[in-house]
Amino acid sequence: MTSAHGTETTAGPIPGNVAPEDTAATGERGANPEGMAAVARRAREVLAPTNVITDHTRLRTYECDGLANYRVTPALVVLPETTEQLAAVVRACAEHLVPFVARGSGTGLSGGALPRADGVLVVTSRMRAIREIRRADQRAIVEPGVINLDVTKAATSSGYYYAPDPSSQQICSIGGNLAENSGGAHCLKYGFTTNHVVGAEFVTPAGDVVQLGGLATDAPGYDLLGVVVGSEGTLGVATSVTVRLVRQPEEVRTLLAGFASTDDAGGATSAIIGAGIVPAAIEMMDALAIEAAEAAVQCNYPDGAGAVLVIELDGAAIEVEHEFREVERHCNDHGAFEIRVATDATERALIWRGRKSAFAAVGRISPDYIVQDGVIPRTALPEVLRAIAELSSSSGVRVANVFHAGDGNLHPLVLFDDSVEGAGDAAEKVSGAILDLCIKHGGSITGEHGVGIDKAAYMPKMFTDEDLDTMQLVRCAFDPNALANPGKVFPTPRLCGEVPGRKKAAHPLVEAGLAEAF
Amino acid sequence: MATGTLEAARSVLESACDDVTEAAPADAVDGVQPALVAWPAATEQVSEVMRAAAAHGMTVVARGSGTKMSWGRPPSRADLVVDLSRMDAVLEHAAGDLIVDTQAGVGLADLQVVVSGAGQRLSVDETVPGASIGGTIATSTSGPGRVAAGTVRDLLIGVTVVRADGVVAKAGGRVVKNVAGYDLGKLVTGSFGTLAVITQAVFRLHPLPAARRVVSVEVADPAQAQRLVQSAIHAQIVPAAVEIDWHAGGSGTLTVLIEGTGPGVDGRTATAVGLLGQGSTVAEELPADWTSYPWAGQERATALKATFAISGLERFLRDADAAATELASGIGLRLKGSAGAGVLYGSVAADADAAAVAALVDRLRRTSTELGGALVVLDAAPEVKAAVDSWGPVNALDLMRQVKAEFDPEHRLAPGRFVGGI
Repeated sequence: MTSAHGTETTAGPIPGNVAPEDTAATGERGANPEGMAAVARRAREVLAPTNVITDHTRLRTYECDGLANYRVTPALVVLPETTEQLAAVVRACAEHLVPFVARGSGTGLSGGALPRADGVLVVTSRMRAIREIRRADQRAIVEPGVINLDVTKAATSSGYYYAPDPSSQQICSIGGNLAENSGGAHCLKYGFTTNHVVGAEFVTPAGDVVQLGGLATDAPGYDLLGVVVGSEGTLGVATSVTVRLVRQPEEVRTLLAGFASTDDAGGATSAIIGAGIVPAAIEMMDALAIEAAEAAVQCNYPDGAGAVLVIELDGAAIEVEHEFREVERHCNDHGAFEIRVATDATERALIWRGRKSAFAAVGRISPDYIVQDGVIPRTALPEVLRAIAELSSSSGVRVANVFHAGDGNLHPLVLFDDSVEGAGDAAEKVSGAILDLCIKHGGSITGEHGVGIDKAAYMPKMFTDEDLDTMQLVRCAFDPNALANPGKVFPTPRLCGEVPGRKKAAHPLVEAGLAEAF
Repeated sequence: MATGTLEAARSVLESACDDVTEAAPADAVDGVQPALVAWPAATEQVSEVMRAAAAHGMTVVARGSGTKMSWGRPPSRADLVVDLSRMDAVLEHAAGDLIVDTQAGVGLADLQVVVSGAGQRLSVDETVPGASIGGTIATSTSGPGRVAAGTVRDLLIGVTVVRADGVVAKAGGRVVKNVAGYDLGKLVTGSFGTLAVITQAVFRLHPLPAARRVVSVEVADPAQAQRLVQSAIHAQIVPAAVEIDWHAGGSGTLTVLIEGTGPGVDGRTATAVGLLGQGSTVAEELPADWTSYPWAGQERATALKATFAISGLERFLRDADAAATELASGIGLRLKGSAGAGVLYGSVAADADAAAVAALVDRLRRTSTELGGALVVLDAAPEVKAAVDSWGPVNALDLMRQVKAEFDPEHRLAPGRFVGGI
């Protein structure tokens, strides 16, 4: 994410290293200008002229998502307003074997909505109707372009809200959340998008419109919705999403605790969880992250803290009251030298301001940085933080740590100055080594930002060829021609329809040297 | 299978797995008699067994504790039962991380004993006594606790499966927060063994609550049930369960479960009593049949699962009452389930007339569908199964068929047991 203060990137080639013509990185297939022209013609037939973009300058405004070091100008951008329009474009893509990429608000951090130079970018930002708020059913039905926070705003007067709260919730879309299975600070208690999406109207890569799940739970048949959520746009596009609404908690209590070290703060975290308390959120920042936040937003966190915890409890007032005292006690027992308790919404916002600004704030202390996203078992936290510190000191690359301590989701910010020869490469190395640490400790290469194009190459470190092959059986069922967001998630596309003992002519992807037959 | 083929298959299976036995009548899968039972003790052995079965074109039905072998439709063929009861080890309970890694043959109740030692639980109710972890995943059974904790799909964070071709694959992992790759755990949850054999699972756990109270009240009619359920779910009592037990044509009991810390539970219970009103009672112990399905203990009773938008409760109960009264006396329809989640299970007396049951299924299926849900006949006597469409209409069936075709192109895993003849 380019800002006045720096360039935010994530693990992967640094800015400028990926040119659109770099076919290995972007998964280009053979040129198909006739197909593209046919899809554009069809788009102009079904969409308003203003919703079909072919002008190069305007196309370029869609060249990247929140991971701005990958940039590809799409051949065509369409902004459908209805399910029928969207399905018609996808059907044309299927007919003419043109790849397509869906995009909501374009805030993703793994390049999941990176366009294809030979494909269509299907943008859902003109599908922004909140169709229904059904309080009695604890559901909302919304279009995919609806902004995450707007669902909550629409449900507030009913006493409800939409629980998943990615930090981009003021601009990210529900469709994008569905594709990425977005999390947020409060998923420790409430779960992720996948636990809150109960139904979707869905356009398959063939252009068919199907209903997955619905207002009621437990639809008979395979839980296709469960696999679609988090599939990063590789199985199709949601055109309407039914979500659970959650009752607004009666009480919310937030505290900020200052500790001498991340070890102490980690000890307090383990003690709280070990006591059977499930806070709505437990967030940790280390000294370098605090320094950045102070520089950016003057959050006035405790002086001299080696680490701070932001802990939030919510629920029935009487429960929160009781557990909050216990949380304070555990913080004190583990060496908290200062505890601040928010007594109203303004004070709560003040406590959260430092945490929420942390990613962008790092731009104040470093010209460039990589936002990493990895997960470890929570109990491995002290060991992994020490290992990250060692990596940092041995490489001379500074790392600021901001993370969801309650569920072991780390967001190390790897700092570098791209104007210094070799600094970008050194940062990449440290960033990659942090992912290796996560894998070594039985964790994951991504907790919420997704695999996208950024981490596809890391997938074989976490999964065997057989695991990835099996996942791609689902891909083959939905999208045998690999038209939906190709090149994302999986490092090597699987060829579909190859049954042992039955040989066909070489698949176009094999001919192009882009796929291997399993 | 022909005797020669069977002998050949058996000798290959015996080299794949320590123990292979001839199937007894008790091994029948919903009336379909298998030839052999393999008893693998590890995922690798399941893999070898599946390869051997593939080489000999054998159809396979996976079995955990065998408590739900008659659920779904009878398979068109079942040559081999793969019994996972020897894979009964809880591999690791990482209490500090609130996760458990277990083999699929472990009993759900046995797993609870292990994790309760650290004050934790897997928030999945044992709805069928003796059920295994693998069978619980494959049928996605759920009980009262789903209102607060969700169902198997929400708690399963990692899974290892063996495909029909013997390939071993895993998805997810050992951490709760993880978006790397497709969530195959959700795909196999509730798939009735038609996609792959589940051999290992990792779940997230929850702390056992320090205190609990059960608040119950008799409800006289569907309108009152609706009103009380709505007030319970919209209130600030954060219920762990909102259950109803309804005898169609009569009346029922509504029960709200409150879990949490001692002082917190006291306060919330007082609020709940106020909401449920006069006549409500408070207990510390759960009712004896709290987690069981309404057909428990009735051999081959018709077992229904109905879902609907939460606000559809009143309409559903009303239609059930009317149908039970009009269709036949003695149909004995009892509905029990999570009113707070829009899920009710139904039992119909085993000796009820098959045509009357079929008419009831049609009628309530129409109601469920109109209320945004579905109605499934989970189990029934053969003559009832012959008279009903067990799964009913299913959305996105073509996509499901394509998924099945990719995972099991020869249709050797529990063929015909699932939706649309899958």
